[in-house]
Amino acid sequence: MTTWALEIEDLTVAYHSKPAVWDVDMCIPEGVLAAIIGPNGAGKSTLLKAALGLIPKATGHITFYGKPYAQARAWIGYVPPRGSVDWDFPTTALDVVRMGLYGKLGWFKRVGKNETELAMSALEQVGMADYAHRQIRQLSGGQQQRTFLARALVQDARIYFMDEPFVAVDAVTEKAIVAILQSLRAQGKTVVVVHHDLQTVTEYFDWVTMLNVQLVANGKTAEVFTSDNLHKAYGGKLAFLNDMGVEVR
Amino acid sequence: MGVLGRRIKSAETQRSQPHTWAQSLASRHDMGGFSIWYIIIGIGVLALLFIPMSMLLGVRYDYTLIVVALGGTLLGILNGVLGSFAVLRRQSLLGDALSHAALPGVCVAFLFFGRDMGALLIGAGISSLLGVWFIRILTQTTRLKQDVAMGIILTSWFALGVALLTYIQSLQTASQAGLDHFIFGQAAAIRLGDVVLVAMVGGVCLMVVIAFWKELKLMTFDLEFAQANGYPVRFLDAILSLLVVIAIVLGLQLAGVILMVGLLIAPGVAARQWTRNMAQMLTLAGIFGGFAGGAGAVISGLDKNLPTGALIIVVAVIIVFVSICVAPERGFIWTWRKRQADAKHINGGGHVAD
Repeated sequence: MTTWALEIEDLTVAYHSKPAVWDVDMCIPEGVLAAIIGPNGAGKSTLLKAALGLIPKATGHITFYGKPYAQARAWIGYVPPRGSVDWDFPTTALDVVRMGLYGKLGWFKRVGKNETELAMSALEQVGMADYAHRQIRQLSGGQQQRTFLARALVQDARIYFMDEPFVAVDAVTEKAIVAILQSLRAQGKTVVVVHHDLQTVTEYFDWVTMLNVQLVANGKTAEVFTSDNLHKAYGGKLAFLNDMGVEVR
Repeated sequence: MGVLGRRIKSAETQRSQPHTWAQSLASRHDMGGFSIWYIIIGIGVLALLFIPMSMLLGVRYDYTLIVVALGGTLLGILNGVLGSFAVLRRQSLLGDALSHAALPGVCVAFLFFGRDMGALLIGAGISSLLGVWFIRILTQTTRLKQDVAMGIILTSWFALGVALLTYIQSLQTASQAGLDHFIFGQAAAIRLGDVVLVAMVGGVCLMVVIAFWKELKLMTFDLEFAQANGYPVRFLDAILSLLVVIAIVLGLQLAGVILMVGLLIAPGVAARQWTRNMAQMLTLAGIFGGFAGGAGAVISGLDKNLPTGALIIVVAVIIVFVSICVAPERGFIWTWRKRQADAKHINGGGHVAD
């Protein structure tokens, strides 16, 4: 592993002087599906947001493929958590996906036929072509999530960040989304997912970052997804994991 | 609700979807075949009928009334379009805070420059912007929530304004008369020059909206995504805030600081009911706002003592009420009939299961 798709050094983020992420060093290699896991309040989303410059960081140095955020912006695709927008907004699924192309289009340029075709093919990729002209309020949770995914796909990024893409999504949709993520990986792209379902970690992800305000572990799933590390991250809350059939080494 | 309807809709053929403002407007297949052209034509007919009807009722279309009605229409259009952003961003209360915060600026400008309309409006604008700035500082540096910060700034700025106004009225200056009209609005004071100013500034504002259309839309829908993609969200946010402040400040003469938020919000709320396309929503909001502004001004021509600002708001709220009742897909009546139809269908026609 020579190229790090994401490298974070000494990242600390605090809300009102209470640290949410404390002195985290981590890296994610190119071409993997990576999960950021940890208990509630561990700072998973905070870490993601700080990396993308959505919230200010107290300290830290972050690079994407060796470049700082400002130079790497065009390589980054972001899928925000579904709850971050008003789904009653007057717009259609197709229009949401076209929004992913606004950046490339540049200022003052109008969205044209080309953009619509790209957006339609992204919707097809996520199995949403039939719902392109639906008002987004009329989509199910899983369909909304896939619309967001399609919007990230049209950006044709090198590294994708997703905040809890499997929340309130049924099993079939979850598998469909994972299949898309795997095809992204097959194209050599990197996908970083904030994830909360421990049962699926070994199945979906080949890289894991475990977080509980401080970094607990960072590495290949096979190496770091151990009961020892999970105990460190989740503490006493982990006793039930064995009952739930989570496979750990 | 509407499971059956949805299935039917998904079977609709794929149409090429409009992608520019102009094409969106031309789309006839928005709300399940309902076109916003019906509303545009409807409002047009209503406006045409309105003139002879008001004449029969004794409204005299003299120079003053025509100027006021023209001003009301233009301000209604401007506030309808720009206010829609506030509606979509859930910043209605911010609009209210902005307009209340204008009052001390008007008073201070009067104390320094006398009754010069340009100075009064600039004073109002600066005061409003200071108010927003304070709200932002309060929410960022303390743990106060935004609604609390707005409540504090709204009332304190307005209280300061009322105090200054009372002081000014105690001064022995003849020209102070009319300043208190900024509280409830005084449309009769609008001159042709003001209308020309509104037309020019409003035109520039609308051009800015069209120029930054896709960025403003993206930011309004998904701020986090816009930010993560490196859009200058602060700059865009500043542009939007400035546009809303301009709309409010220009409208103050007409509606006054207390009622201003109605002119800003009501057209957007009504328009929201009729469409699922943001460009159409803003266009409709402009039409509703323009109609309310013009009609309210004409109705106030019935009698000298009728308050123009309040009547404009009443017309706008009637449009909101009608929209909430009858709009397809979102309105009361549509939803109720849909539920009935679904129930009938599920029960195999007639066998009511209760």
